[in-house]
Amino acid sequence: MKDKLIEQLKEILEVEDREINLEDKFREYEEWDSLAYLSVIAMIDEEFDVVIETVDFKKLLTVDDMLQAIESRMK
Amino acid sequence: MALQSISNVKISGISACVPKFKESNVNSPLFQSAEDAQRFIDNTGVEERRIASEAICSSDLCFHAAEKLIAEIGWDKSEIDCLVFITQTPDYIVPATSCGLQHRLGLSEECHTFDVTLGCSAWVYGLSIIGSLLSSGWMKKGLLLVGETTSKTKSKTDKTTYPLFGDAGTATLLEYSPESPAIKMHSGTDGSKQLSIYIPDGGFRSPVTKESLEMVEVEPGLTRNRLQYIMDGAQVFTFTISKVPKSIKKLIENFEIDQDQVDYFLLHQANKMIVDKIAGKFKLPPEKVPGTLKLYGNTSCSSIPLTIVSELNKQVRNKHLRLIASGFGSGLSLASAYFELDKIVCPELFEIE
Repeated sequence: MKDKLIEQLKEILEVEDREINLEDKFREYEEWDSLAYLSVIAMIDEEFDVVIETVDFKKLLTVDDMLQAIESRMK
Repeated sequence: MALQSISNVKISGISACVPKFKESNVNSPLFQSAEDAQRFIDNTGVEERRIASEAICSSDLCFHAAEKLIAEIGWDKSEIDCLVFITQTPDYIVPATSCGLQHRLGLSEECHTFDVTLGCSAWVYGLSIIGSLLSSGWMKKGLLLVGETTSKTKSKTDKTTYPLFGDAGTATLLEYSPESPAIKMHSGTDGSKQLSIYIPDGGFRSPVTKESLEMVEVEPGLTRNRLQYIMDGAQVFTFTISKVPKSIKKLIENFEIDQDQVDYFLLHQANKMIVDKIAGKFKLPPEKVPGTLKLYGNTSCSSIPLTIVSELNKQVRNKHLRLIASGFGSGLSLASAYFELDKIVCPELFEIE
């Protein structure tokens, strides 16, 4: 799960050659913008069949938060 | 659940009109670099759009679309019993723009006429409204005008909205026709997200003041005033990818529509990511999902009829087609419809200056 999410994030942000860690604050990535945001929502829906409402998504800070949000909605 | 089956009504003609002036996103100075512009184009699918000059309003685009359609179909204007104009960019706050259009088009003073405010769900809602008006047979012919000049509502520095939207106006003629198959619909609303697409000032909740005109830097390089459009793209996107497929599914399941028998799916041309996402959920091949994003952008309420006129012109004139359309956007509002078109009148897309 974790690996899959990180893999997908790397692809969206086009940073295949860089490390993405769970504690990273994803909004601080230089590559994070409104299009990346939409791509991440689409990817989470596609890959994990989960929709995170925007009010909840706005509370997420780190990659780990994102992972937890997905896992809790998959159950 | 808001389901409807509207009997005794058919769509007889559709036309669309766009402003002549084109604006391209390729190498647009709005973006930091040519690569940035290309990334926007790749993700949204929008290469260029039509922008209305100051002199062209939504009502003008719809007026010309209607004139052309009525002339081509050959109806006597006095036969048109109802006119509904749907837009978010009317001529005036008061009165309803449709009233002026009744006169300008030379329609009868006996014409049942009103405006509706809706965004990208407008055309499908319009089918429901005029369909319901005609279904009893007391009124026989109706004109649905759906058009938008949303470019006028955007800050030109707002790269999240300005390069996405284009202007267009459309006209659709419907008539009482007892032998025609029913128009089937599902519609819905999530008003908890009403401010995810909105213009803050200018209504009566928050009237215009001097401050309304103040340009405020929202983020580096993006300035906007309170009379300009704000979109929470992520919220709209999340709503769309979760609710629109469900709406189409409800339509298909409740009315036992055979998906394979549907010739085309007309999805509101919001942006490429959204269209692809919805099409993907129904495993639709690209040829069943015609679109107009590349050359006209997101034309708001006009996008579905514009796509019919621009992309399916020959087919709708010569064949009997089964179609599903789904419109979704500001409100947040959505509506999906199944309908058939049997060799309708459909003039080629045209431009005005």
